[in-house]
Amino acid sequence: MLVLFFALGLVSIGFTGINKLVTPAAAKIGSEETLVDKGSALFAEGCSTCHGLNGQGTSDGPTLAGVGAAAVHFQVSTGRMPMAAPGAQVMRKKPSYNEAETLALAAYIATFGPGPAIPSEEQVNEWQNASLAEGGELFRTNCAQCHNFAGSGGALTNGKYAPSLGQATPLQIYEAMITGPQSMPIFSDKTLTPESKAAIIRYIQELNKSENPGGMDLGRVGPVTEGLVLWVVGLGSLIIFAVWIGARVR
Amino acid sequence: MTEKFDINNTFDPDKENQAPKISKEVATKLPTAAKGVDHYLRRTDTDPKAARRAELQVATLFGASSFFTLVFLVSFVAIPREKKIAVSLIGVTGAQNLVLGVSFGFAILLIGIGAIHWAKKLMSDVEIVQERKEIKPADDVQQEALAAFRVGAEESGIGQRKLIRRSLLGALALFPLPFVVMLRDLGPAPKGELRKTAWEEDLHIVTDITYQKIRPEDIPVGNLISAMPENIMEIQEEEQNLNERGKSAILLVRMRPEEIKSQQGPDWDYQGIVAYSKICTHVGCPIALYEQRTHHLLCPCHQSTFDLADSGQPIFGPAARRLPQLAITVDEEGYLIARQGFQEPVGPSFWERGA
Repeated sequence: MLVLFFALGLVSIGFTGINKLVTPAAAKIGSEETLVDKGSALFAEGCSTCHGLNGQGTSDGPTLAGVGAAAVHFQVSTGRMPMAAPGAQVMRKKPSYNEAETLALAAYIATFGPGPAIPSEEQVNEWQNASLAEGGELFRTNCAQCHNFAGSGGALTNGKYAPSLGQATPLQIYEAMITGPQSMPIFSDKTLTPESKAAIIRYIQELNKSENPGGMDLGRVGPVTEGLVLWVVGLGSLIIFAVWIGARVR
Repeated sequence: MTEKFDINNTFDPDKENQAPKISKEVATKLPTAAKGVDHYLRRTDTDPKAARRAELQVATLFGASSFFTLVFLVSFVAIPREKKIAVSLIGVTGAQNLVLGVSFGFAILLIGIGAIHWAKKLMSDVEIVQERKEIKPADDVQQEALAAFRVGAEESGIGQRKLIRRSLLGALALFPLPFVVMLRDLGPAPKGELRKTAWEEDLHIVTDITYQKIRPEDIPVGNLISAMPENIMEIQEEEQNLNERGKSAILLVRMRPEEIKSQQGPDWDYQGIVAYSKICTHVGCPIALYEQRTHHLLCPCHQSTFDLADSGQPIFGPAARRLPQLAITVDEEGYLIARQGFQEPVGPSFWERGA
């Protein structure tokens, strides 16, 4: 126990030291230091209960060393973190922090260890020039198995599920691919190139704005809802008519 | 409003004030009213006002149907095909499509509802019994048919002319054979195709769709890659079909080496990177729902679940066999290659597969 405290003490001294060392350089390029400081304050208040005062992790939350800024931005900007209650799946909800606070948290947590950085704006916006057809092919090969052919999401094992992509922004889709949140595997930039990612994002954007020329989309989750509607509404109304035809008239 | 009603008088055509009025000829042809059944008069049978009201209701339903048919005709011409509208619950949808569907549906539905309402309120509703006919024909008809058959048999001489009889029996016995022979056209039976995939020793593993060679250092822990053998496109163009693509699809997954509980062969992984067939061993669905934290792979078709950290063993669902593993390593340039082909057939079981 004493050894652990000693080690923790050393680590925190180390961090303070690094912060002091980088101060002059960071001050030149911008407000990096103040961003990290702000993030540090926010972290101590909102995250450290579960993730530990130095992000080392506790029995209630995993370590954040090496998760990178992209993972933090994804989890916090989709409202998944801070999570409401532990469960099989952390759900998307209204974010608790605004964009500036989210970036501050990401900058602070990124100092815990090297991890994927938040992709640049140019990298994310590349999707506007990407090939839609290629995006479709890549989406069906790499994403559709869990997120469904129309990006509506689907069930996994033991109450886990792949969420719908309907609300995901291009930045969040990019971050999810490079960080692998929850059950999702990672699709690193080396094995699924930034051009491929851009094409996939383009395809998802197209899916999300597509119309339903035939009427209700019934969630676009395939034959399950379609069958359910047919059985309940279709067969149900036939039964009602049959009962009416057979009922005695007074 | 209902009163006891003597059923046996219902169809007496001589009686006045009988609703519905039926002519004598029709009445005699109708099935007899059920005896001993209590029949209750409807309000419309006794109250002319109620009957008139029901008549109006039926006419209104039929009129409404005509209205919807007109709506259909008008909207077909008047609403532009491309026009989109946002409707709550439905979302953005084609305006013409929506109106055409609704109007056509109501046009036919209201005819049906009107007809049922008419039958229930105004048409005769006396309980009737219709005796079932005997299936056996009358004796004389039966005798006549048998006699005709006997005469025909005698006239054909099938009893005496043995040569004709036997040749006919022979012809009839042989005739089904072409149907048996035609079963051959279901083939040719697969030879080795079910047992062998395109994977061979030293073939590079490339990403699906983009066909890039893969370096192990580019795969972080938790990464998933859908991959193919490097020569898949050549095979596809040569064979002009997708069979080989369907069989050779694999998944590459990296986990921490200490997480791997077992594999199908000694060190078939490469530094924690394992390669498994992407084809479910149950009925052959492509299977890639990989949960990176549990290393479970879930098949979307019937929820078979395989544990990629434990030799690809099925741990849930109808699949009975493990997913075949591909032994991998790297070449001199550091790209991932197959060490050998699959050692067991990939995909679902088949008759001749054996254990």
